[in-house]
Formats: sequence, C-alpha cells, structure tokens
Amino acid sequence: MTNSRPESRSPGMARRTFLQNLSAKLPGLIAFFALAKPGKAGADEPGGYDPEQHNYAMGIDIHKCIGCGRCADACKSENNVPRDEHFFRSWVERYVVTTDREAHVDSPNGGIDGFPALPDDTDILRSFFVPKLCNHCVKAPCVQVCPVGATFLSRDGVVLVDESYCVGCRYCIQACPYGARYLHPEKQVADKCTFCYHRLREGLLPACVEVCPTQARVFGEIGHKSSPLHRFLRFNEITQLKPYLNTEPKVYYAGADGEVI
Amino acid sequence: MFRHKFPAQLVPLAVLFVLAMTALLVARAFLVPETFGDYGPYRANSVDEIAAQPIVYAGAKACEDCHDDIVALKSDSHHQGVACEACHGPAAGHVDAPDEVSPQIPRGRGYCPLCHGYNPSRPSGFPQILSDRHNPGRPCIACHDPHAPTLPRTPEECDACHREIANDKMVSPHTMLACTQCHSVPNEHLLSPRSARALKPTDPGTCAPCHSESGTAKFEAPTINFESHGERYLCWDCHYPHHPEAN
Ligand code: SF4
Ligand code: SF4
Repeated sequence: MTNSRPESRSPGMARRTFLQNLSAKLPGLIAFFALAKPGKAGADEPGGYDPEQHNYAMGIDIHKCIGCGRCADACKSENNVPRDEHFFRSWVERYVVTTDREAHVDSPNGGIDGFPALPDDTDILRSFFVPKLCNHCVKAPCVQVCPVGATFLSRDGVVLVDESYCVGCRYCIQACPYGARYLHPEKQVADKCTFCYHRLREGLLPACVEVCPTQARVFGEIGHKSSPLHRFLRFNEITQLKPYLNTEPKVYYAGADGEVI
Repeated sequence: MFRHKFPAQLVPLAVLFVLAMTALLVARAFLVPETFGDYGPYRANSVDEIAAQPIVYAGAKACEDCHDDIVALKSDSHHQGVACEACHGPAAGHVDAPDEVSPQIPRGRGYCPLCHGYNPSRPSGFPQILSDRHNPGRPCIACHDPHAPTLPRTPEECDACHREIANDKMVSPHTMLACTQCHSVPNEHLLSPRSARALKPTDPGTCAPCHSESGTAKFEAPTINFESHGERYLCWDCHYPHHPEAN
C-alpha cells in the first residue's frame, strides 16, 4: 500500500513531480477539509441537502382515519409494491372491540378495497381503523440482525434497505416486531416503507400522507418547532406501538388505546 | 542475537500469518463495496440510489399550477383537504406530459363509498351512506359535484365533525363549556364549514372571566394574575384549551 516509486528517479525529479501533484490537488484538498464535515467525500448530497439537519417521523391520528385505504393504495403505486395481497409497505387495520372486550383485527388486502360489513350480530363496543407501516425505530431490531449491513438507519432518521446489497436472508422480516417488512417476490430482497425517501429529498410528502383525505397522517421532523408533527405531538396524547420493546418507534399514534398493538 | 530470542518454529508461522493477513486485506478490498462504512456499517451510496427512485405522485402543488379554477372551487368545500391525487390517482406522468397522459377519473359508483359508504368503524360525524339503498344505479356525480360536495343535512352538534376535540373536552375540566363559549360560530359554518370558519379567540380576555383573580366565575376555577402571568404569550400558547392541565 506504500508508494515508494520516486526512489528510482533523481531526487530533483521526485520533488518536481511531488510539487506538480500537490499544486494540482491542493484546491481539492483545501475544499475537502473546508467543506467536508465529519463525513467523507463522494457521498455528499447535492443541492445543499444536509441529512444531519433532518429527523423524519410520522404522526397518525386514529380519530380521523376513515379506513378508506387510499394510503395503502398510493403506497403501492408510488413504490412499485406488488399488487398481490400480503405485500405491503403500509396498510390499514380495522379494530373491532366487542362488548366482551375482545379485540378483533382484520385487514383484507390492506384495506385498499374497503372493509366488508361486520356480521349483523356483532356487539360492537368500539371500532376504529389503525394505519400501519414501518416505525423507523431508532433502535431497530431489523438493523441489528442484518448480517451484511444492508438495512441501516440513515443520517436523516429513516431506516433504509440497500437493495443491491441485501442477500434476502429474511432475518429482518423475522426480527421486526411490527410485521412491517416483506420479501419482494421478484427482487428477492427485503422491502419496507422508506417514508418515501425519494420524495422527501424533493421536498414532497410521503405518498400516503399526500393522498390521505382526512389528514389522519401527519408528517414532519422531530425537534423542528415549525413542523406540523411538533404540534401533533404537543396537542395529542401519544402512544407508540409496543413501547416496552425499547425499539423507540418513530410513528406516533394519537387516539390509540390499549387494544392497539 | 535477535534469532536467539525468537523461537525458530515461529518463523514459518509468522510468514503464514503475514500471508494470511495480506490475503485478507486483498479480499476485503475486493469484497467490501465502495463507500461502505463512510457513515456507518452500510454503503453510503445506497442512500443516493434510493433517493433517485422515480416520483409517481406529483403532489397537490403541481396540480394547482394549471387547474386553479378547480382548486378555488374545492378550497371552499368539504373536500378542501382532499388532495387531487387521492381520487385522480398518481399524476406525475400527467404533469410531465399533460397531453399524452391523463390521470384517472373515477366516475363509477364504486369509488366514493370507499370513504362514504356506511361503516360502523368510521367516525360518527363522517358523512356516510348505505350504498345499496342510496339511489342505486346512479353514479354519485349525477347528483354531487365531487369538487364541491354538499351535505344533505346540517349537523347540529359540533362533535359531528370535531370528534377528537369533543373527546378531549369530555374528560377535561372544560367539559361543561359549550363550544360557543369561546368560539363564535357563524351560522353558515354549518353549511359551508370551510368558507365560513368558526372563529378562534384572539386575546386572553376569553379566559379572564373565569381565570383572573378578579374574575366573575361563580365556581371554583384556578385563577392567576393576568398582569404578571404569561407576559407576551397568549393563554393557549401554553395551555391546550380543550383539555387544560389542572395546575
Ligand atoms: S418497524 Fe420493523 S422494519 Fe421498521 S425499523 Fe422497526 S424493526 Fe425495522
Ligand atoms: S388514507 Fe387516511 S383516512 Fe384513509 S385509511 Fe389511510 S390514513 Fe386512514
């Protein structure tokens, strides 16, 4: 790895090439040290996007969700998720709590085609819809178990999957306590919600948030006071899914009660 | 003299060790992809690759640029908050080539009930119909303009639409207050909630009758000195009026 070639030439020659090299590289070097913060060259984002300035998260207001499934449908279109059942990045569940305090959950085709009527003799105590997706856990089990480093937490707080590096071993699918992942049937790689990362970088909202007709989904940034998420977190009683697992989910639910898991 | 201290049998081992390490380093250089580990145990370039995925939904702003008449109509209606692409489907292709690609227009009877079909799990104030009995056979748009839909019946209670606020207020010390105690609600708000808005209080005088030390409330309400408390803030900058904390 050491560079010892100049020895074979005269010392003057070596010095001259060194200086030539240096003058050619100096501006780049200066720019590198001046501009590159702790990061490395080559992966710096164009257009002044600084991932360190972002920490994306989502809020979901269960009071507002009407179970129309437009979010799950839009997610499939935006992210090329196979149309078959069982493959979802985001889906909607219906919770029916009957008078005997049992919670029944269903999600036919993720809610995209609507929810069938309940049997006439159902004694409903409460019922509501709960949209679900990857929680972008701060301490994500899926990241911890990935043997090759294909699932990772990006610097802007989004859990992503490196498609070209994933070996399709399914450990992450097993590890996710929220059932948020599936194995893409054609690509044979793990797939899941990215908060529509490609849209965020263009200043757009995730597709599910964009189309939600009741604004049940709120998207924003943690720690930015001007973000709609900040107001959402402040003015609602917030629950997360399975908080006792210590995964620190970043999808925040308002209006979710004990039955929602 | 060095040889004396260094056991001879270790020499081939050391050579083997150096060879193995070199092989390992060479293999690593080939196997570990570029930019792996730049920011953590992952390939930094994959972030840019994911960011380069094509965009399918153009976003509401893109529609506004050309269809300002419909946007104006819709922004005064119950469908104000419904993005165009919620019904018309992904439209980035249409934005790129407006003449060649047309977004979907769901004219059939099947689409609107996805939101408005009766379902006991929906919020109670949400307008719902029994699709089988509600003018069967006629497309929804024969009677309703989806850009400016109207309600057949005027809701009488605020909680028909503002359920989550009502739920909060129900368990708060403010439970007995009528919404109109603090909000002035023009009559048209019931018919056209978006164009005639219920007004929110703008000055702390709203809270003062009950919560100032010289207040006139006939019941126990926590009081504070309005001269010294809060200064340049409005009461609701810190206290959520629908569920104010007790202390
Ligand atoms: S919800 Fe599941 S897939 Fe998403 S970050 Fe957490 S563990 Fe990983
Ligand atoms: S689009 Fe909004 S209202 Fe419809 S199911 Fe999804 S979250 Fe609920």
